[in-house]
Amino acid sequence: MSTTTTGFKVIQPGILTLIQDAGRFGQHGIGLTTGGPLDPLAFNWANRLCGNASGTNSSGVSALEVSIGGLVLEAQIETRLCVAGAAMPLKINGEERELWRSHPVMAGDRIELGFASDGARAYLAVAGGFDIAPSFGSSATVTREGIGGINGTKLQAGELLPANPAKRDGCLVLPESYRPEYGKHANLRVIPGYQQHAFSRLQQRIFFSNDYKVSDRCDRMGFRLEGPEIKPSIDGILSEGICHGAIQVPADGQPIVLLNDRQTIGGYPKIGSVLSLDTAALAQLMPGSTVSFEPITMEDAHNIHCLAASYFERVKAQPCDPQ
Amino acid sequence: MQISVAGENALIIYFGEQTSPEVSAKVQQAVEIIRRDLHELIVDLVPSYASLLVIYDLMKTDHHHVRNHLRQSLSGLDNAHSAEGRLVTLPAYYSTESGPDLQQLADNAGLSVDEVIEIHQQQEYRVYAIGFAPGFAYLGEVDPRIAAPRLSTPRLKVPRGAVAIADRQTAVYPAESPGGWNLIGLCPTRMFNPDADPTMPVQAGDRVRFEAISREQFIELGGELPEQPDPSEQLGGPLT
Repeated sequence: MSTTTTGFKVIQPGILTLIQDAGRFGQHGIGLTTGGPLDPLAFNWANRLCGNASGTNSSGVSALEVSIGGLVLEAQIETRLCVAGAAMPLKINGEERELWRSHPVMAGDRIELGFASDGARAYLAVAGGFDIAPSFGSSATVTREGIGGINGTKLQAGELLPANPAKRDGCLVLPESYRPEYGKHANLRVIPGYQQHAFSRLQQRIFFSNDYKVSDRCDRMGFRLEGPEIKPSIDGILSEGICHGAIQVPADGQPIVLLNDRQTIGGYPKIGSVLSLDTAALAQLMPGSTVSFEPITMEDAHNIHCLAASYFERVKAQPCDPQ
Repeated sequence: MQISVAGENALIIYFGEQTSPEVSAKVQQAVEIIRRDLHELIVDLVPSYASLLVIYDLMKTDHHHVRNHLRQSLSGLDNAHSAEGRLVTLPAYYSTESGPDLQQLADNAGLSVDEVIEIHQQQEYRVYAIGFAPGFAYLGEVDPRIAAPRLSTPRLKVPRGAVAIADRQTAVYPAESPGGWNLIGLCPTRMFNPDADPTMPVQAGDRVRFEAISREQFIELGGELPEQPDPSEQLGGPLT
């Protein structure tokens, strides 16, 4: 456990609020999954606007992933905080505050996040990060495993989120034109792979030319989609490792996109894997939204990643005064 | 050996199409070699029955480089002598009290309970894969005489330590969880303990034997009998 005895008190935990860092890596061998933020871009921006390490250097920084909303915290320290991601109304002491912008807070301040009107996950970061002792090298909470965060569970009312005081000046803002909108549809780019050959040309055409609906059976393990059935020529395979974004197709022909808390091995046929930049977009969709799939090559995937990383470094956050 | 694309930063190596100790030995050997030769580029590895998922750092390398590197590093694999894994003995308290499906499994197999216990103990198993949940080790292969399909309705709660059979696989549940395997006993050894070092008593590639212990020995070794099941579940069960 952390030795820090001050920070933020959880007044209301919200529907599902989890401590996350970049994720838990190198532990698949003992069956531990990755965890980590469903939308790493928003997570990275929340950290970066607080002056924390972000992007490829962010592995140790802990922030909160707030799904849907409903979080209320009370600050016990002086610091800066930032919320980025889904459009959840942010209030500090009852006054509306902008997302994608860091704000100074003082001991006694009440921080409230309402419910998302666009997107589903927002990230609340504080300067220096929350001080959470890592478990298997990471603070990422995976509730299914009971590992990470505080006791391996989602946030509970009355808990203390340990954090160290930081100076209140030095706030940053991401210019509005750079902020994403999540909407109700996402185009998911797919690298065909795994058992793709078990899906006939016709089945692949059905898959890549139709929209699928996000069902209400979606969580951090995976998103079940509903739409035209696709049938592989095989029922199952010898259980094998599942990577991030893998699209498995069980017997009912309805695809499941596997996300951060997926089980590490499984035996359903897979048609390929969704690009991680796009699983982030998927995780921002509410049930009833739609997705389409577009095949891309492995080279495209690498290029898109390098471009996105360089873009993230190039966009400059701007200094700003308190709102 | 066949290398296929899995995802944006992942390749999967297939070493065979069937489960066998030889194929599994190759998987374990490949894990060692890749850890040694490609350490800097690797984010994570997922060994399984006949495949190995290799996840690499997209900001340091690309799939051409990793593929070539894998081909080179693993080229000697087919002829290499496979190291035998460690032998780990797991104590098991087999009984109808600790294994609610033991009687049914014996009845279906046309064997006595004692015969099922004897057959389960006789076999030396291999840890083919770890996954599903932290510390869940898939052990194979179970003698066909006591192989049994998964329950048609999975239990909501299988206790920690449950020794179980599904088809020709056996396992010890590392934590209380839902599960559809046939329960034949309880093992007092913790299969996953985050505070222990090592976290798990076995790793992929190890060999495992079960050794029958008495109720008293089970308690002595720190085993805990689960609380009495819900009476509604007991009705018509093997204990009533």
